[in-house]
Amino acid sequence: MDSYAIIGAVSIFGACICMGIGSLGSALGEGNAAAAAISAMAQQPDEASRLRSTMFVSLAMIETSSLYALLIAFLTLYANPFWNYAINQ
Amino acid sequence: MEWKVDFSNLLDFPLIDEEIRMTNFDDIDIISIGGIGINVTIFNSWIVIALITLSAWLITRNLKYDREVSKIQIFLESLVMWLKNEAKETSGSNNLQYLGMAMGLFCFIVVANLLTFIPWFRPPTASLSTTMALAFIVFLAIPYFAIKNAGIKAYFRKFIEPIPLMLPMNIFSEFFSVLAMGLRLFGNMLSGVMFAGILSAFIPFFAPLTMQTLGLLTGSIQAYIFALLAIVYSSGVKENKITEINLEEK
Repeated sequence: MDSYAIIGAVSIFGACICMGIGSLGSALGEGNAAAAAISAMAQQPDEASRLRSTMFVSLAMIETSSLYALLIAFLTLYANPFWNYAINQ
Repeated sequence: MEWKVDFSNLLDFPLIDEEIRMTNFDDIDIISIGGIGINVTIFNSWIVIALITLSAWLITRNLKYDREVSKIQIFLESLVMWLKNEAKETSGSNNLQYLGMAMGLFCFIVVANLLTFIPWFRPPTASLSTTMALAFIVFLAIPYFAIKNAGIKAYFRKFIEPIPLMLPMNIFSEFFSVLAMGLRLFGNMLSGVMFAGILSAFIPFFAPLTMQTLGLLTGSIQAYIFALLAIVYSSGVKENKITEINLEEK
């Protein structure tokens, strides 16, 4: 295996693992947050609009961690800095 | 001064290439004026700005009241009222000081995101430079509103709360919360564009349509969240007037 093959294989493997684990945590967290918000809305329908806006903000906050994973996956797949190192060798 | 206009770059859709790769929209020049290139992101931002300005001017040109109100005026009024209520509930203050910033950010982002439905339109929000510029507005707005509302002392006291040991953490979070806003918008829009491009290579015409429809929902929610987070961060430092505000509301 030359260095191209190793870098390519490790990049794809790393991107997949990164997306999988990174989205797992935020998906669980978003599920918990949405469930809590829905039960709170069911208990207090008067406060539903305020709860909904708070829920959207918190969902966006939680989703950020999986978006970081997405950016890292994009970086490893499409803008991998080690490609240039391997090409220059 | 040399003018060169080249619209062919705008019209070909590089995501359906044989090789699917991340397209950096900032690298594609359309117009070059004296050697300075105007790229697709800036050009599409101009389109969005022109669209917002023109429609706002046309709608507010002859405002009516009572029973002769046009439908589009009702739409614009309800949009302003909705965001006003959101700003009031989120910031906890009754005045309209956050409304201009939030409305501007919301309008720009929502128009840019909804225009992804046009196939050749690359949304300017799918470029990191645009979203970081938008986040920089919020970064400047945080100390502005904090000092204006609570004074310079209260603003700097925020950094040593709850204990002075948290000072580096607070400074870090000041930068990173704004950075995360820009990255969130960029990640959401870029993943939408990328996903549509990848799907259109496999199943052309139909499969991207469903993802684009989902992208309309995501784009609107992201614009709402960006405006809301701008209000949340800007109204983070308040003067200790909680009892007064509560009395005012009742």
